[in-house]
Amino acid sequence: MTVLAVAGLVKSFGGVQAVNGVSFSVAAGEMLALIGPNGAGKSTCFNMLNGQIKPDSGRIALNGRNIAGLSPNRVWRLGVGRTFQIAATFASMTVRENVQVALLAHRRHIWRFWRPAAAWFVPEADALLTQVGMRDQAERAASVLAYGDLKRLELAIALANAPRLLLMDEPTAGMAPAERTALMQLTRSLASRQGLAVLFTEHDMDVVFGVATRIVVLNRGELIAEGDGPTIRADPRVRAVYLGSGVTSGGHRC
Amino acid sequence: MGFILVQFLTGLASASSLFLVAAGLTVIFGVTRVVNFAHGSLYMLGAYLGWTILSALPRDPAWFALGVVLTGAGVAAIGMTIETTLLRRIYKAPELLQLLATFGVVLIVQDVVLKVWGPDDLTLPRPRWMRAFVTIADQRVPVYDLLTIAIGPLMLLGLWLLFTRTRWGTLVRAATQDREMVAALGVDQRRLFTAVFALGAGLAGIGGALALPDGSANGQMDLTVITDAFVVVVVGGLGSLPGAFLASLTIALLQAFGIVLFPKITLVLVFIVMAVVLVLRPNGLLGRPLAAARGDANTPALVRAAVPALRWLGAAVLLLAALAPLFAGPFALSVLTEMAIAMLFAASLHAMMGPGGMVSFGHAAWFGLGAYGAAFAVKGLALSMPAALIIAPAGAALAALLFGGFVVRLSGVYLAMLTLAFAQIVWAIMFQAVSVTGGDNGILGVWPAAWATDPRTYYWLTLAICTAGVLLLRRILYAPFGYALRAARDSETRAAAIGLNAAWLRLAALVMAGAAAGLAGGLTAFAKGSVFPGYVSIGRSVDALLMVLLGGVQSMAGPVAGALVYTGLFDILLMVTDLWRLVLGLSIVALVLIFPQGIAGTVHRLWLRGREA
Ligand SMILES: Nc1ncnc2c1ncn2[C@@H]1O[C@H](COP(=O)(O)OP(=O)(O)OP(=O)(O)O)[C@@H](O)[C@H]1O
Ligand SMILES: [Mg+2]
Repeated sequence: MTVLAVAGLVKSFGGVQAVNGVSFSVAAGEMLALIGPNGAGKSTCFNMLNGQIKPDSGRIALNGRNIAGLSPNRVWRLGVGRTFQIAATFASMTVRENVQVALLAHRRHIWRFWRPAAAWFVPEADALLTQVGMRDQAERAASVLAYGDLKRLELAIALANAPRLLLMDEPTAGMAPAERTALMQLTRSLASRQGLAVLFTEHDMDVVFGVATRIVVLNRGELIAEGDGPTIRADPRVRAVYLGSGVTSGGHRC
Repeated sequence: MGFILVQFLTGLASASSLFLVAAGLTVIFGVTRVVNFAHGSLYMLGAYLGWTILSALPRDPAWFALGVVLTGAGVAAIGMTIETTLLRRIYKAPELLQLLATFGVVLIVQDVVLKVWGPDDLTLPRPRWMRAFVTIADQRVPVYDLLTIAIGPLMLLGLWLLFTRTRWGTLVRAATQDREMVAALGVDQRRLFTAVFALGAGLAGIGGALALPDGSANGQMDLTVITDAFVVVVVGGLGSLPGAFLASLTIALLQAFGIVLFPKITLVLVFIVMAVVLVLRPNGLLGRPLAAARGDANTPALVRAAVPALRWLGAAVLLLAALAPLFAGPFALSVLTEMAIAMLFAASLHAMMGPGGMVSFGHAAWFGLGAYGAAFAVKGLALSMPAALIIAPAGAALAALLFGGFVVRLSGVYLAMLTLAFAQIVWAIMFQAVSVTGGDNGILGVWPAAWATDPRTYYWLTLAICTAGVLLLRRILYAPFGYALRAARDSETRAAAIGLNAAWLRLAALVMAGAAAGLAGGLTAFAKGSVFPGYVSIGRSVDALLMVLLGGVQSMAGPVAGALVYTGLFDILLMVTDLWRLVLGLSIVALVLIFPQGIAGTVHRLWLRGREA
């Protein structure tokens, strides 16, 4: 079942054509990797998908409904979770409180003025933290976490609204290689267990080829290839874009 | 026709003086990102120092010019001293703390000027060449005005050449765009900052000296000038020199004609202009959005409920406060009443500034509206005191709701300045609508209900209401709403991505803070038996800011501690010394250098030391 279907997405900043007529779709339980060199337009795609910026034109259908141009908080309410390329969490709160706030927002309990927030949804928050392996750090301040842990916390926050679609912009940047594969394997098992559609970007090709069900390649805003691992590896245009940078050998470039 | 010309020239002349001060302020902000509240004090020092130098020199134009330049150099040297001894140490500190430090400098300079030059306004005898006129279109125009008019554009030209044609200027412009990058280029940032600060201070000093022939050196000019200069800098766009020039022209001309066309609203015309500009252009006329402050100092600290020891301390203080009337005299009782009210006032500002992330330079607006609301209720509507104490917060909250829609769209200094604009508009209404508000004489005879006339009863009532108010605010800030508010402050992107609407949350926080400040104002009206425009003054807004910053914004205990220490310190100082500003200013500067986290933050940190894994 198709969860997300993007057609003819376009966005330019001044003279820069950041995204130019991109179309793809993601089905439930699928892990779609969006790859491409720096500045290819990956983050811009993500920002349009979650409503942070409005596309110039194009259609973004979530479960058949066009969500292009809706605000981020409307998009979240429709069941889209996301993590950011530069991790965004609440520094003045503990790890658990970060997740609790997301749960409170999801259950529409924000406009409550009496019962302390710390008392709400503790088991639910801890369950999400357990899923991402952060349960033992629940009491720590988010501001003192190692970068990899911060990314896992972000994942827990993004899962708080039980999303149908999960957007992950470079989820493993800043992590050790072993951690990367572990986090993405975890995401993959979540995806297949809960029928979650996952769209992610990633510079580490080992991770991409290891977990992605399908891959789309973006270059200068244009979609140049689409297919499974072997197809992408063999594609001459992809090889040209990544020439000399080791599309098959992995390693992080930034 | 001739009359229009004269007003036009007058406007141009005051535009030049405005630009001199604003140029320095905007350059300093652009490079160091410090909101320098002491810039008006540098201008005042320029006026006083200029008076001393110019009085000693012969009265020819050439000597006058030399005297002005010498004054500029002198003030630049003072600026350099302030930068190297104080500001240099706190560039990495949180922005609010830098603000607090420059407040400290304002207080110190006020007393130093008073001690050195005395309390009288100082004027410069005008020699013959200064009194000369030229006749333009049948109107006599002072030659000195024409000179002043020329100085503005000349100064802009000079600064433009300095910033575009010299290597140093290029570095300054690069630093305005990206501090870290310049540091990475291997430029000695410390020297660059010191030089920029000295340049800005020198410009302010020249401005002060040039203003002497048309006015006087007096002890109030620092706050008047800093307010005008802030307005110019904000309207022009922070860090933009051409913006500051354009804004000086706009504002000075509007004032020159406004005084003729709408004499009733001249006091607020400037602020109305600023409010309109900020609503239409949230970054000023020529300003660009500022990059968010980087660095660890501005990462918000973890917020935790007070540790048990602190709660016990709070309870003990409260018990002591409740028993105080049994042994305190009437004076002590009035100080204690004031302290209780200050606590609520500071807590209300903290709710906005801390969790809400909105710094307000005009918090007195809500306080004043509450005070006047209560006074109207009992004097105009003949309502009872309890009814008045409901009207006070309700009225302030309503005003906050109406005005808040504009405020929550802005951020940082722009937001702070819009709150100041609103407070000044409220002040002008209270000051000028004499038939309703009594103008400068205020409204007298606002006495408590018969059952509360005993100062002890009124004190207990105030203590109960203020304590309840503070605890209620605390409760709300630890409830889901408070967390959501804090979430929107910590990371606006993340907050939006989990469905939080920052604008609505901030508006609600503003209304809540407005209501609490209004209640504090209402209680003050009955405590003093009168209300005055002074309740809405900049000074009162600054008091609130100082209390919160002294205490620290990280926890609820901060504003309470800050209010008690500030009010107590203030009253004790007032009793023991006439140099209270100097002592207070020095204490603030010392506190900033020693406890950059505020009182409560530091205590909390000491407590936690060794406890956090
Ligand atoms: N807000 C913006 N304003 C102007 N240009 C932008 C903006 N955001 C992105 N761009 C430009 O659009 C292009 C695509 O940027 P984007 O961030 O989407 O790339 P990316 O594929 O995510 O790259 P990376 O791998 O470095 O994260 C780049 O040329 C970038 O400079
Ligand atoms: Mg990116």
